[in-house]
Amino acid sequence: MHHVIVGAGPAGVIAAETLRRLDRDAKITLVGDEPEPPYSRMAIPYLLIDKIKEPGTYLRKDAEHFAARNAEVVHDRVGGVDTKRQTLSLTNGGKLKYDRLLIATGSHPVSPPIPGIDSAGVHPCWTLEDARAIMKLAKPGANVVLMGAGFIGCIILEALASRGVNLTVVEMENRMVPRMLDETAGTLLKQWCESKGVRVHTSTKVTAVEAAKKGLGVSLDNGDTLEAALLISATGVRPNTQFLEGSGVDTDQGILVNAYLQTSVEHVYAAGDVAQGRDFSTGEYSVQAIQPTAADHGHIAATNMAGGNTLEHPGSVNMNVLDTLGLVSSSFGLWMGVDGGDSATLTDRDRYRYLNLRFDGDVLVGASALGLTQHVGVLRGLIQTRTALGRWKDKLLDDPTRVMEAYLAGTQAIGANA
Amino acid sequence: MLRSLHITPEKCTGCLQCEMACSFENEGVFNPAKSRIKVFTFHEEGRFVPYTCTQCAEAWCMQACPVEAIVVNAATGSKDVLEDVCVGCKVCTIACPFGTVNYNQATGKVIKCDLCGGDPACATACPTEAITYIDSDMTGYERMRAWASKTDTAASA
Repeated sequence: MHHVIVGAGPAGVIAAETLRRLDRDAKITLVGDEPEPPYSRMAIPYLLIDKIKEPGTYLRKDAEHFAARNAEVVHDRVGGVDTKRQTLSLTNGGKLKYDRLLIATGSHPVSPPIPGIDSAGVHPCWTLEDARAIMKLAKPGANVVLMGAGFIGCIILEALASRGVNLTVVEMENRMVPRMLDETAGTLLKQWCESKGVRVHTSTKVTAVEAAKKGLGVSLDNGDTLEAALLISATGVRPNTQFLEGSGVDTDQGILVNAYLQTSVEHVYAAGDVAQGRDFSTGEYSVQAIQPTAADHGHIAATNMAGGNTLEHPGSVNMNVLDTLGLVSSSFGLWMGVDGGDSATLTDRDRYRYLNLRFDGDVLVGASALGLTQHVGVLRGLIQTRTALGRWKDKLLDDPTRVMEAYLAGTQAIGANA
Repeated sequence: MLRSLHITPEKCTGCLQCEMACSFENEGVFNPAKSRIKVFTFHEEGRFVPYTCTQCAEAWCMQACPVEAIVVNAATGSKDVLEDVCVGCKVCTIACPFGTVNYNQATGKVIKCDLCGGDPACATACPTEAITYIDSDMTGYERMRAWASKTDTAASA
C-alpha cells in the first residue's frame, strides 16, 4: 500500500504520522513544494519578531523525524492528478503512483485586482520566503502599509509593530477581523491598535499602487496616498485546488468531502485548509482553515485511508485566537448567534474587555471575547458537549465570566451532582 | 504506576494554599493569578472546587500545537509545555475543552499543570486532602472521561 500525501503542513504531517502508527508496512510519501522542512505558518509572526529562528517554525523538531518513521519527504510540486491511473505528475518531471492519496495542499494568498499590485515591495505574508522578504524591508522607522485586517493581517500587525515600523492598516470592512469579531469587539480592537500608535483605516480600500522614488505610493479610496517601503497584502486566501482540474475530484469553496474526508473519487481524501469539511455547529460543509481543524482532519483522513472508512468526522468547532499588540481575542462556534437565541454580553470599553455568549435554548453555541486569557478553552468544551446549562444559563446571562463555574457545576461533584 | 491528581471538592475549604504553592513552585512568586490550579467558589452551595489539567489521554492541547511544544512526560504521563519551544500562539488555550491551558502574558508562553514533575506542590500543600496524588486507576476519573469523549473529534481510532 502506497499512501501519498500532497502538502506538508500540519494536516499532511499528522496524516503521515497517523498512517505510520496504523500501518507499519505501508509506503508513505509526503510531497511539499517548499524547500524547507515541514513548518508552521502559524509560527511566522514569532519569527518576524525574532522570538524564534526558522527551525523554531518547524512542525517537528527532530531532523530525523520523518526518516525515523520511514516516511519519504519529497520537495516537489504536483502538476496534475490522473485519478484513473492513480498517478501524480510532478513539476520536476517525475511521476508518483499511489494507492491512497491525501490532498492537504492548504491555500494561497489571493492578490486583489488593484493596479500595480505586482510592484516590487508588495508582499504577501504566507511562506517563510515571504517572511524573509518582509524582514529585509520592515526596518525600524520604515513606512509599512498592511492591506487587510483579517486574521492573518492582525497576527502580523503585532509582529510589524514590534519591529518598530511606522505602520498603517487599511481594511475595507467596517471593523477589524470581521469574520471573527462582531462590531463592538472589532471596533474596540481598532481603538486598541490606535492607542498603540498604529493608524487603522476601516471601510477603506487601496485603489492603486505605484512605484515611487523611494518605495511605493499607495492610493486609498479616501483620497490619501501613503508612502511605503513595503506593502503587505493580507486580503485573504483561497484553497490550492487548481492542479485538480480534470481529475474528477469535485471542488466548491474547497475540495468537497464526505464525513470520512473522502473526496468524490474513491481513493482520494482531503484534509486541512483545502478541504470543505463538516462544521460541528452547522452540520454543513465549509472551509475553516484553522490549525485545530487541520489536526482533526489529518488524523481522521489518515485513519480512513488506512482502514477503510471507519472513523466519521463529527465536525470541527470553528474557533480562532489572535493576539494583536497584546490584546487577545478569540471566537468560537456560532459567535454571531442563532435566530431566537439569547445572548449575554459584558463590555468594559476602558479596559478593552468584551465577552459575548450565544445560546440556543440553554446550550452555549458560540462565544467571542476580547482580553480573555484564562480558562478560555472551556468555551469550546461547553459548545462541543452541547451541555444543557439549566439554571446556570440565567447565571451566565447575569455574569458571562462565570463560564468555568458553569462547566464545573455541570460536570463535577458539587451541588446537585454530589 | 501512573499517578494522577485526585480532587475531592467536598473536602476543600477554599483556603487557596494550593494556588499559592503552585504559583511559588512554578513561577517563584506567591501569586494565585499565576497558579495552574484554580479553586472555583460556589457561594450558593457553600462549595469550593479546585480544578486543573486532568492530563487527559486525548491531549487536545498537544494535538493542536503547531510547533511540537507540548510533549508527554514519559515518567509521569503529564503533558508538558516546553517553554523554549512554545511560540505563544495560544491555539492550545482554545483547543483544551477543559480550559486548563492558560496564556501567561508576562512570558508570552502558555502554562499548564505538569504535575511538578511527579511531586505536585498543590497536593503537598493541601491541608485537608482535597487534592491528593494517587494511583491513576483510583481516581474515579469517569466524569472527566465522559466529558472528554463527548468533546472528542479526532480521538484515537
